[in-house]
Amino acid sequence: MPLLRLMRRPFFWIIAVAIAVFAISPVIGNDVELRESLLLDALYITLASNLNLMLGYAGYINFGSIVFFGLGGYVCVWLVNAYHWTLGPSLFVAGICVSVLALIFGLGILRLRGAFFALSTIGIVEAVQAFAENFSPWGGSSGIYLSSEIFKPFGGPAHALWVIYFIMVGVMGLSLYLSYFIKTSKFGLGLLAIGQNEDAAAILGVPTPLYKAMVYSASAFLPAIAGGLYFFKSAFIQPSDAFDLSLSTEALVVAMLGGQGTVTGVALGAYLYEELRGYLLTTATFSNFQLVISGALLLLIVLFFPSGLMGFIYSRFPRTQKVLE
Amino acid sequence: MTVLLQFEKVSKRFGGLQALRDLSFGVREGEILGLIGPNGAGKTTLFNLINGVFAPDTGRIVFAGIDITGEKPYRIARHGLARTHQIVQPLTNMTVLENCTVGACFGRENLPLSRAHEVARAAMAVTGLQDRAAMLAMHLTIAGKKRLELARALAAQPKLLLLDEVLAGLNPTEVEHMIGVIRRIRDSGLTILMIEHLMQAIMNLSDRIVVLNFGQKLAEGRPAEVAQDAQVIEAYLGDPKLAAELQGNAAHV
Repeated sequence: MPLLRLMRRPFFWIIAVAIAVFAISPVIGNDVELRESLLLDALYITLASNLNLMLGYAGYINFGSIVFFGLGGYVCVWLVNAYHWTLGPSLFVAGICVSVLALIFGLGILRLRGAFFALSTIGIVEAVQAFAENFSPWGGSSGIYLSSEIFKPFGGPAHALWVIYFIMVGVMGLSLYLSYFIKTSKFGLGLLAIGQNEDAAAILGVPTPLYKAMVYSASAFLPAIAGGLYFFKSAFIQPSDAFDLSLSTEALVVAMLGGQGTVTGVALGAYLYEELRGYLLTTATFSNFQLVISGALLLLIVLFFPSGLMGFIYSRFPRTQKVLE
Repeated sequence: MTVLLQFEKVSKRFGGLQALRDLSFGVREGEILGLIGPNGAGKTTLFNLINGVFAPDTGRIVFAGIDITGEKPYRIARHGLARTHQIVQPLTNMTVLENCTVGACFGRENLPLSRAHEVARAAMAVTGLQDRAAMLAMHLTIAGKKRLELARALAAQPKLLLLDEVLAGLNPTEVEHMIGVIRRIRDSGLTILMIEHLMQAIMNLSDRIVVLNFGQKLAEGRPAEVAQDAQVIEAYLGDPKLAAELQGNAAHV
């Protein structure tokens, strides 16, 4: 069993501890403010970790990862609103739908490489957003509002927010384990080979079109669920929020900041970035000042620290390479 | 002797350039077949057709009884065909062991990771890379990268190994070592098709030689026969000094 083999490695338990810290720390003292901040951390970690499957492993820059998040949100909110589904099945179906859609998109656009692929991912965001704006069951450009009734089954909004938080932490945990599991698998080895030299990988026998489409699809599942949760929580979804390209870019910055291709680095990067963002958002001088910072940060990383935070840690403390993936 | 790889009237054109024309030849099981010809004769194109980088315009390529014409490279690798590249293509940011493990994982046997590591280590030992397992491929010297190409191809446990100028760019000591490695690989029963410009080496190593010129087969036969072929000397070797060197060498064999 590969799972049992992984459980013998320390990194498996490092992830477990991180999840436990997330789950427990706001419960102590019933700290709602901390919970909301950690919820966003968990969301960023989920988005960045799944983006990293494409970016860090297979070497494909996906500017449109936000489309999974937004579509997942739409499918979930729509199922809850129009068909009165409960949260659990709605989230699951949203994840599956978006994954299948990504597989179909992927088989098409993954024939492109480099800048052309990156451009086509932006095209997909624009196309899906235009679709949502004109699709009347999804409320067109005014979006979908959920009534406060939806929180009833959880015993009121206050309770529901806790449940949503725990699910989000679970989704984050699954994202980290997925990243780790893929990285240590044969599938992951094939992806890394594709990321290094796709033509050489194909000649070595890596089934490149299939692997690329599979990882694109896999990277869609958990962000779609996170999107479902996020918009269920706000009880409102509209196209401009769901398909906000700047969140896509932020996820890229986060992955690069932490060190693309690593599990720890990306999670750490997401945590640090989101904390920084939270701090900058509370200063009144600038709205969305974090975007200026993230732009500057991206430039600095690309120019001076292409292997990110983890690259720095690995080179300073080579022993960590054996433990931290 | 059975034929492992058969070319049947294969042609390939790139725009106005006829890279290969009606080429037919076979590689027999267990032999080293040398492929020589001047630059631009179509040697590397021939390799690219075999492992599916390009599909031929006309003709058939049959490998181990299976028609592989126009199949994708990753499918052809599964049939048991591995190659090295003239311009080395290491997976630069991965270690030597990881490079070879990719070969083993996705090669003929489609091995799981744990088994693939063992096979990769064995292939590294054959080429003398066993001490560099944890080194990143980009930090290898050119000779090291050439060995890595060979080790990675071997790790795939192929039936047929395509070697594209593995000796080019090596110094005499390294050439000597590499020739020894190729001999050992052949002795283990693997069939080899190799392109080489280093005449001495290929005349010594090959059981048979195919000479290409302008995409067509000029001659085929034992090294000594080919070296004395008037057409080959005239059209390909051109240089009488080189011709003499060749004949001298063939006489030693």
